[in-house]
Amino acid sequence: MTLARQGDTLTAGARERRRAAAREGRAPGRTRIGYLFVSLYAFLTLAFGIAPAVYSVVLAFTNADGGFAGLDNFSKVVTDFRFWPAVLHVTAYLVIWLIGLLIFVVALALIVHALSVRWASTSLRFVYYLPGALAGASSVLLWLFVLDPTASPVSGLLRAMGFTSFVQVIQPGNLPAIFAIIAFWTGAGGWIVIMYGALNNISTEVIEAARIDGANAVQTALRIQLPMLRKWIAYMGVMSLAAGTQLFVEPQLLSQASNAIVPNDYSLNQLAYQYAFQQNDFNGAAAISLLLLVVALLLSWVFVTRGGLFEREE
Amino acid sequence: MTTLSQQRRQRVNLTGWSGRAIAGVVLLVFVLFFAIPIVWLLFAVTKSSKALILDNPFALGSWADFTANWNQLFGFQDGAVTTWIGNSALYAVGALVITLVVSIPAGYALALTEFRLRNALLVLTLVVMLIPSTALVLPIFLELNTVGLIGSPLSVILPMSFFPFGVYLTYIYFSTSVPRDLLSAARIDGCSEFQVFTRIALPLAAPIVALVAFFNFVQSWNNFFLPFVMLPSSDGYPIQVGLTSLLASTPAFNPSSAGSDSVQLPTLALATVVSILPVLFVFLFSQRFLVSGMTAGGTKE
Repeated sequence: MTLARQGDTLTAGARERRRAAAREGRAPGRTRIGYLFVSLYAFLTLAFGIAPAVYSVVLAFTNADGGFAGLDNFSKVVTDFRFWPAVLHVTAYLVIWLIGLLIFVVALALIVHALSVRWASTSLRFVYYLPGALAGASSVLLWLFVLDPTASPVSGLLRAMGFTSFVQVIQPGNLPAIFAIIAFWTGAGGWIVIMYGALNNISTEVIEAARIDGANAVQTALRIQLPMLRKWIAYMGVMSLAAGTQLFVEPQLLSQASNAIVPNDYSLNQLAYQYAFQQNDFNGAAAISLLLLVVALLLSWVFVTRGGLFEREE
Repeated sequence: MTTLSQQRRQRVNLTGWSGRAIAGVVLLVFVLFFAIPIVWLLFAVTKSSKALILDNPFALGSWADFTANWNQLFGFQDGAVTTWIGNSALYAVGALVITLVVSIPAGYALALTEFRLRNALLVLTLVVMLIPSTALVLPIFLELNTVGLIGSPLSVILPMSFFPFGVYLTYIYFSTSVPRDLLSAARIDGCSEFQVFTRIALPLAAPIVALVAFFNFVQSWNNFFLPFVMLPSSDGYPIQVGLTSLLASTPAFNPSSAGSDSVQLPTLALATVVSILPVLFVFLFSQRFLVSGMTAGGTKE
């Protein structure tokens, strides 16, 4: 991937960078236009990237009167009786979702890529991708219908699995799987398209060589294509893990639609929301948000510096 | 040579037909999985609530039932749905305009000019781009709450306009796809730095402007958590948040809501369709260039 140029690596020294700039035809020296063009973006980055993060750090370490509180807020939320169940819920959901995502996205991308009929491959990708248009509340609403045996298009299937009412479907034990299915339904198509693109980038000579050496389609997929997809699979895993910890809209709507059979503090983000809006405890809310933000930041940081997807391959 | 190719054909055939059958079944199962809910939804909006439960899920209802559902939806709370759609349009388009004005020059500056902290800003862009946008929602709420912006349209438009992914896409495009000789030639011909951008770089960047616009619009339109937190009053809801009000008034999911202004299941289905129509249109019309854009730099959900 030539996604970033060599001159942009963190280790490059200033002189080296300037030379690289000259070589690549960037405006020589520091021009005012650069500052002008980047000023608005820098302002938004400060206002909606750095400042909220810093402010939630401040809130998380202070009490309601503004005094320093040390780790009190953290110990308060962590010992909250709702905290660990929420962690457990989100973890169960993440495990099911990530495993499903990794297996099915990679398998589907490989199969679709192996199709020799062009229109079939194009239209399959489109069908898989289309649900991506329904994100957020719309997709959850649609799945409420699908999961309600009285109205569902697959009510036969639900009944065969022993579910005769909506309340039976949304038993607590089923929820992680349900959220995983909804997330997979909306998100998997985009990843299939990305994996497909990555497969297209593998040179045909490599595949041809494997075939001449006697590898069949399955062997080619497992021994050649899969290892070459590794970076993209890691990218998908990290992104999905980070996004999954933020679970909010699915349990929120399901809680509303089930008369609170699904609790409104099912996920960590919901718990943070409860702290801010039900208990008016912004410090507690900030503490939970900060924990989630740190997880996301760590994942993203590790990936940017170690993942290699955004650096030039040597 | 002939023995080799024979051997090869045999091996392919061994995994051949059974393997193909399995692959075909997998593809089909997932086509059904992805398509059935959407297809069913389109049929559901043409039915009465009784027909929705009793009839074949994939039978067409009637025009009369469709208009009845339509009237019920747009009559809900004296036309609240129209307000919500208007709000969604305002927020998404407002954010789109600001995003383009901010991101395209920023991507250009990062790629083709030199300034202090350029590398830091680049790394920061990458890191923030990879953070799920929901992670910053509550922190931004806490921040805007102290400034007193909560409830104002700006409280959603401005955070939506902070779009590092767009900056990153633009940066990649300008640093890989714009011939530098062209820019130098323009400078030699007497263009100022500003003119180099507006007359040379910007026209070349039309595809990436469209791509950034697409991703930003879809993300803003579908955004739920941010407006849900920022906008306390129903007048300010975008349609995504408005759906929760409709859901709360649907007796099938919330028995306590049976009243005069209650919403029937097909009407709720119609609301779902209406809420995604703009995004669906954009998806259908921009499919091809979208796919190339997504594979160009990876993407964030």
